[in-house]
Amino acid sequence: MKLAFSIAWRFLMSAKKQTIVIVLGIAVGVSVQVFIGSLISGLQVDLIDTAVGSTTQITVSSDVDRTIDLNPGEISLPVITDQNVASDINQISNDLVYVTETLDVIGFIEKDGIEKQVVFRGFDLEQAEGIYKLESDEKLVYGRMPEAADELILGIDFYNEYEENNINLFDENNPITVDVRRQGSNDLVSFKVVGFFDLGVKALNNAWGIGSIEAARSIYGIDAYYISSIEMQVSDPFLAQELAAQIKNELGDSYEITNWMDEQASLLSGLQGQSISSLMIQVFVIVAVVLGISSTLAITVLQKSKQIGILKAMGLTDKDASFVFLSEGAILGVFGAIVGIILGVGLSVMFVTFAIDQTTGEPVVPLNIDPGFIVLSAFIALFASILSALLPARRSSKMTVIEVIRNA
Amino acid sequence: MPNIVELKNINKIYGENTPNPTQVLFDLSLSFETSTFNSIIGQSGSGKSTLLNILGTLDKATSGDVYINGINTQKMKKDEISKLRNESIGFIFQFHYLLPEFTALENVLLPFKISKKPITQEIMDRANELLDIVGLTDRKNNLAINLSGGQQQRVAIARSLINNPKIILADEPTGNLDSDTTDQVYDLLRKINQTYQTTFIVITHDRHIAEKADRIIEIKDGRIHLDIHKNTTKKD
Repeated sequence: MKLAFSIAWRFLMSAKKQTIVIVLGIAVGVSVQVFIGSLISGLQVDLIDTAVGSTTQITVSSDVDRTIDLNPGEISLPVITDQNVASDINQISNDLVYVTETLDVIGFIEKDGIEKQVVFRGFDLEQAEGIYKLESDEKLVYGRMPEAADELILGIDFYNEYEENNINLFDENNPITVDVRRQGSNDLVSFKVVGFFDLGVKALNNAWGIGSIEAARSIYGIDAYYISSIEMQVSDPFLAQELAAQIKNELGDSYEITNWMDEQASLLSGLQGQSISSLMIQVFVIVAVVLGISSTLAITVLQKSKQIGILKAMGLTDKDASFVFLSEGAILGVFGAIVGIILGVGLSVMFVTFAIDQTTGEPVVPLNIDPGFIVLSAFIALFASILSALLPARRSSKMTVIEVIRNA
Repeated sequence: MPNIVELKNINKIYGENTPNPTQVLFDLSLSFETSTFNSIIGQSGSGKSTLLNILGTLDKATSGDVYINGINTQKMKKDEISKLRNESIGFIFQFHYLLPEFTALENVLLPFKISKKPITQEIMDRANELLDIVGLTDRKNNLAINLSGGQQQRVAIARSLINNPKIILADEPTGNLDSDTTDQVYDLLRKINQTYQTTFIVITHDRHIAEKADRIIEIKDGRIHLDIHKNTTKKD
């Protein structure tokens, strides 16, 4: 092995230009692979983040209607009444990073005689921040998050619509008070508007009001434990389907569990299509690299047939003769991979540095440079190089001294 | 003296499975004694190179047996033959066949490296000594391609000796050298034969050179035509 390796090394070094060309050939393949891989995976991460990064990824709600005692009166809604459900879910997996109970009220908001429909969402605000990222992602455009049970924040469209009617809903120092009532009820509850958010989705900006669960209860006029749903986010969005199934298992049939992967199947299939096309590009790049190395090494075997013949005459075994070319493949693969990774990462860094969106200063396409993927690419290149040396190695192994001497 | 190489009833047919097979060697039997210096002569096409290749286990006889050190090589596996060649036989070819990518010293060491034994100071000393014998001490670190034809042939001789083989097979070792160099090379081979008691079997077309050997064998049309031992003449 060692001898074969040192002969291989010497063969490569004695034809430096040819060696450099092959190494560059492999390197270009590896760099394209690293770049395309990082680009596609960056695009996907970005797309997933945009699509489901700031919303619930798994939602647990009740599959059966339960009666809420309103005192006076009652309504029937699919609510969860078991207080242990949220903590049970929390214990299922550490991958469930944020879990919030929610209590939703469909109702109206009224100020100075002008009414507008609102979907009031009562959250465990601390956990909900993890999901909706109102503060951390600067979605809260005015004011602050609600802190007390009589405070709420509204979608930015509320502000704009009331503004058109010359009604101001926001005063930072002295919050404006609005009345909220549940649909089907005339009981008004007063809230202070402490802020406005922009979730980037018109339908939500136009409908949502957010406050604490206590606030939602006060609109219903109840004290007992009722929640509409439990929303959660997963550390890796692609675990959603699997975790949803686990939760379903745990909670049983009286609960309805939805996850983004089922709800947004078309997005998911789009992402998969992208992954497959990226994989296809990478496979073809590898095939091109393999063919390139293989044909070059095949020529090298012919070039070196005299040397192989002499070595065999001196007692080199067929196995060692084939190791010479396998070693050449491995050496070329290692150097090709190293140079390729430097090129690929360099290209990626340049892309992220220079191709930036003028308005935001962010890269046009965010790349996801994953060390694991780079190491994998390097090993694939190495493997491909050795693979492409197989045929030349076999040829070298089969070569007999006598045919070399006769052809001299 | 014991025989180091023995050929028994060797036939060699090329293109056996073609409509026009060519028989090159006909039922040829021959043996060589240890430590002798033998020459084989014959016209081109007489089969002398084929004979040498079969002797050196580089080629296989169609029928017949080749004994080296008393072992029948026809029945050995490929790797065993490789090992035997590496340890017992040194080759010197007409076109010297050095590895151009390696220096003179590295070329000399190659057969030893192929044996996969660790390189010791002893073997380095031996390589240097051999290069000294062939007169190339000052060129030992030159790449083989940067040496003249005669120098390369001398490196090839040193290389054939590194593993201390019992037999050296040489096919027209001076075929492409001028007459002065030819004489130098033969004197060198003779000197090695006397110093190390190595058996030499040398193919040559030069009768003047052949006559310096202990024994001259002439091959004609695949058969032994003449077998002349020094002082005694025997005609087949």
